[in-house]
Amino acid sequence: MRIALAILAFLLLTAEIPLAERRSGYEFMGRETRAMQDDDTTNPALLWVLDGEALFKSNCSSCHADLKGVAARYPKAGVSLDQKINHALKSKFAYESRELLALTAYVAKQSKGMPIEMEWNEANRPFLERGRATFFRRQGQLNLACAQCHDDNWGKQLAGSVIPQAHPTGYPIYRLEWQGLGSVQRRFRNCLIGVRAEPYAYGAPEYVELEMYLMWRARGMKLETPAVRP
Amino acid sequence: MAARVVVNVPATAKRGEVIEIRTLAGHEMETGFRRTDRGVLIPRDIITRFVCTYNGVEVFSADLHPAMAANPLISFTTIATESGTLEFKWTGDNGYSATQSAAINVT
Repeated sequence: MRIALAILAFLLLTAEIPLAERRSGYEFMGRETRAMQDDDTTNPALLWVLDGEALFKSNCSSCHADLKGVAARYPKAGVSLDQKINHALKSKFAYESRELLALTAYVAKQSKGMPIEMEWNEANRPFLERGRATFFRRQGQLNLACAQCHDDNWGKQLAGSVIPQAHPTGYPIYRLEWQGLGSVQRRFRNCLIGVRAEPYAYGAPEYVELEMYLMWRARGMKLETPAVRP
Repeated sequence: MAARVVVNVPATAKRGEVIEIRTLAGHEMETGFRRTDRGVLIPRDIITRFVCTYNGVEVFSADLHPAMAANPLISFTTIATESGTLEFKWTGDNGYSATQSAAINVT
């Protein structure tokens, strides 16, 4: 009985956020930062999107007219959107290079407003299970799991910042702290360094699996790319 | 990639109307105060001046300094006096220069 109660308590403590209580990081932002994201003409990510449009025309448009809806269905089978784009271009660009971020932002923006589609099906299951294991695994010198902040303490403050629910609804994002555009993998690096864990290399399968799991948590939520975050 | 700037000017306006103009310039705005992980000072590289002219007459200008955010957004208003062209020019360190223009039709 005591063991059963302990298990129940553990399950309650590590329960995922109920679907109806999910909120995009956008809803935790201040008025000014929201305004930056909302206005397409002053959202600084526009500078990357315009570069991406030019790159798309010269590199991709001979095969693809547009890629509307694609970003809402990625990562797929352990491959993220930026990896997929780069594979198609014979790995022309480095991770986090301005070109790859610009192309990814341009492609993802075409799916803006569309609901995230990520199913827990047979094809995705191994990746999602590994991603979930990463999300709940304590790591780093601070011995913290993603879930301890983003499931158990979202909405509260970590120093001056509100802890969001970790829904990757707007990547690549223009982050004010970065003064530029960055991928979800760069964001993962920030959290890992924050808990004093050693970050994985860009493109590591652990990142993509975690992104897949987070996209599953955010299933049905609307894509905001390119989002602005503090 | 080449310097990218974006301007937003209403295509049409009534004479005497106050119009809002918004500009966005892609620039790192390196302050000149930061150092590399080896302690070497990263030289300053910023936009230092922005000028907007309306049919050749300067209607707005700004001096920019270190500690301004990257990709500076400059927003200002002017009065729509006559149809014509607004010219925008950004200049800065290391020979940085970017120009853009927009037409406005005043009725």
